Amino acid sequence: MTGTAVDLIWLPPALALLGFVLNGTLALTRPTAKRLVSVIGAGVLLAAFAASIAVFSAFVGLHADEPVVLRYWSWIPVGTLQVDVALQVDQLSLVMLLVVTGVGSLIHLFSIGYMKEDPGYARYFAYLNLFVFFMLVLVLGASFPVMFVGWEGVGLCSYLLIGFWFSDAANANAGRKAFIMNRIGDFGFMVAMFMIFWATGSLDFGTVFTHAPMALVPGSRTVTAITLLLFLGCTGKSAQIPLYTWLPDAMAGPTPVSALIHAATMVTAGVYLVARCNLLFAMAPVSSAVVAGVGALTALFAATIALKQWDIKKVLAYSTISQLGYMFVAVGTGAITAGIFHLATHAFFKALLFLGSGSVIYAMHQAYHHTHAHDDAQDMRNMGGLSRYMPWTTSLMWIATLAIAGVPPLAGFFSKDEILTAAHARGHVEPIWLVFWGLGLLAALLTAFYMTRLMLYTFHGPNRTGEQEQAHLHEAPWIMTGPLLVLGVLSAAGGLLNIPALYRGGARLEHWLEPITQPSAALIPAVPLSPSTEWLLVGIAVAVAVVGIVGAWQLLKPQRLVPARSAPEERGFARVLRNKWYVDEIYDALIVRPLVWFSRVVLWQEIDQLVVDGAAVNGAARGARALGWANRWLQTGQVGTYVAVFVVGVLLVLWRAIG
Amino acid sequence: MTLTFFRIFGVIAMGSALLCITRKNPVASALWLVVTLFALAALFVLLDAQFIAALQILVYAGAIMVLFLFVIMLLNLGRPGPTDIRGPVGLLTAAVLAGALLLQLRVLGQATLPSSIQLPPGTISALQQQQGIVGSVANPLFDTYLVPFEIASVLLLAAIVGAVVLAKRKL
Amino acid sequence: MLLSPALFISAVLFTLGVAGVLFRRNAIVIFMCVELMLNAVNLTFVALAQSLGMGGQVFVFFVMAVAAAEAAVGLAIILAVYRHKQSVSLQTMNLLKDG
Repeated sequence: MTGTAVDLIWLPPALALLGFVLNGTLALTRPTAKRLVSVIGAGVLLAAFAASIAVFSAFVGLHADEPVVLRYWSWIPVGTLQVDVALQVDQLSLVMLLVVTGVGSLIHLFSIGYMKEDPGYARYFAYLNLFVFFMLVLVLGASFPVMFVGWEGVGLCSYLLIGFWFSDAANANAGRKAFIMNRIGDFGFMVAMFMIFWATGSLDFGTVFTHAPMALVPGSRTVTAITLLLFLGCTGKSAQIPLYTWLPDAMAGPTPVSALIHAATMVTAGVYLVARCNLLFAMAPVSSAVVAGVGALTALFAATIALKQWDIKKVLAYSTISQLGYMFVAVGTGAITAGIFHLATHAFFKALLFLGSGSVIYAMHQAYHHTHAHDDAQDMRNMGGLSRYMPWTTSLMWIATLAIAGVPPLAGFFSKDEILTAAHARGHVEPIWLVFWGLGLLAALLTAFYMTRLMLYTFHGPNRTGEQEQAHLHEAPWIMTGPLLVLGVLSAAGGLLNIPALYRGGARLEHWLEPITQPSAALIPAVPLSPSTEWLLVGIAVAVAVVGIVGAWQLLKPQRLVPARSAPEERGFARVLRNKWYVDEIYDALIVRPLVWFSRVVLWQEIDQLVVDGAAVNGAARGARALGWANRWLQTGQVGTYVAVFVVGVLLVLWRAIG
Repeated sequence: MTLTFFRIFGVIAMGSALLCITRKNPVASALWLVVTLFALAALFVLLDAQFIAALQILVYAGAIMVLFLFVIMLLNLGRPGPTDIRGPVGLLTAAVLAGALLLQLRVLGQATLPSSIQLPPGTISALQQQQGIVGSVANPLFDTYLVPFEIASVLLLAAIVGAVVLAKRKL
Repeated sequence: MLLSPALFISAVLFTLGVAGVLFRRNAIVIFMCVELMLNAVNLTFVALAQSLGMGGQVFVFFVMAVAAAEAAVGLAIILAVYRHKQSVSLQTMNLLKDG
């Protein structure tokens, strides 16, 4: 206890949980009380955000270098394993706290408008509040198990919200896919947790990171295994190769959910985890290279798929995967600040992009609803020219697009440039990072290209929605555009958080996070780049972004597009990209089908039916019956026989007594 | 001298017991059992248990065996009829089991008492000289074993009530 | 010392009792065999009392009490059985057998 507002750190998660309980009760008892649900659902988030700001300013006032850990009660006291339910307040968790509650509040407000007509309104807000609760547990937990509770909890909420419209089998299946893919990652997380306990004797962040330098040898197999297993957990939660395929399917959920869970917060949990354990990763150079390499590959791979997607949300989903790849390049490189910085700016502009696309889908849906058409409201081929009907959304989404493409001076420029610079700098010591840098640069080119493509096809050129529908296209209500506006400002100005010294900025986030990054920074050799090299890198990055945007603008012809209904099939390489490199099909053939065959033929028909049912279950029954059949000859009903048997028993007992 | 008498009465006891279990007529069996009990009483006397020997004759040979004979007569079981001795299989089983039991009991009988718990010879005789024959049994009976003694009286009462309940046709 | 022959006689008497129980069918005779076994044990008690103290004789006293109670109840049971079956043979006491 510090005696300051930092002690109120329990308030944001508690408020979110309260919101869940109240909204959950309403969902079960009075699902039509939408006004009350809105007030509770968004209100608790705004209150949580206010509390978070109070905690933040109090923590700033403390000038603490050490994390403040608030223990509430003992959770698992077993021998040497002592786990408390404890929250940790430090520079990193505060950044995450503010991002989650801040962006979360805006998305809750947006949802009020977006979900207005939905019959599951109260259920939706209950889930959303529950998600925020678990996300806060995840980022505030002071030990691996507490964090894991949040980690699993957000997975649960993700599942519930992806399958929110579960009456459609595809949506329910998408939810299950996300859940199962995440289990693979969670296995890694748990094994890593066991190994950490085995190696350091504790699971509290503080103790683990204090003991780790003594208990573990840098570069040893143990620490490499721990970090690789942790990273396996990250690939599941943060949708990296090879476990990324659930995220595009997760777009089956409501669009604000995609913005909150599958873009801004939950999927960044993996980045948070690596940043939290930056000391362990710095001790394992192999793991660091794996993290950065997988990140760079994912960034490029997902970007290529995004090039040929027609579903507006799918483009953004692959974009998210790609941007998460950047974050992993950063944290793998050891540039923790750059990773967290990109996490924050990405939360701003990707939330904006998703909410903007939500706004577009909302408008399209309304238009089709009026004319009773059954066309796809998310297919870009059915859009076009929407800037005439939705000027606010168009301009705000352009800000986000330029930000994600890395055009100065928007938020994405600073964070992405910092990541690429860090990778390049480490490349001077370890050349493999130059490859990662190249991959990242290529991905940046593609990012600029596909984002411009999305804007071009959605908002510019002729309209393809349909003659009658055009009349019903209009801007979304203020409760939806308001949050967009705030996010637009953040996307534009988010770079101010951390303007590097190169531009005579204060690099505030860098200094703020120093207590977190300091232990790993000591292990990784810093390579100072000369200002001229840095300027050259900036120039390359900007040039790439501009080339991407201008190239897309020049090459793509929205006039030639036809509505989705009459569009021809793609051919050649475009078709491969359109079908996402057939990764789902490959997984299906290599993993799912053999697994199903194995479970069906070997496990079910052989092991279960023959061994378990046949030998074990029925065998036990048959054995009992045979024993009974044998013993019934003893039960003659004749007292004489019983006496004889009794004497035999006496003889046996005596025999034991003598022997 | 004592040993000779002991052997004589031992042989009588064993012989009459053998005749007891082999007589077809239950009345004969009962009478041979009485002989066995008398011989045992004589053995008890030789083993410095004169009071027990008296009880043996009074309670066993007197009361219990009379009860047996009374029931046999009451049910009119003394008349000639088919034998109740089992066939060859039953006899063989009995012989084998009884033989095995005898072997085991002999092995048990070979065991020697540890000298630490053994009283010096003549202790019992001295005690009887001092407290009298009845007193030497009565002292521990009403002192150390008072509670079992009272429980035994309850047991006898229960047995009386039970016998009445079982044997009476109508209560 | 008389302990060893006493134990021998006791063992023989006990074995004879067991054998009688095993190869006789008449319930009353079997009862008498049980009495025989009890007396064999009594002999052991008395013989051991010589070297181990008066407790052995006191126990014989208790055995006699139990034997008396047993004889009373047992013979009453035989009476009751005879009233039902018109026989005291163990062969007729087979209610536990099915059919």
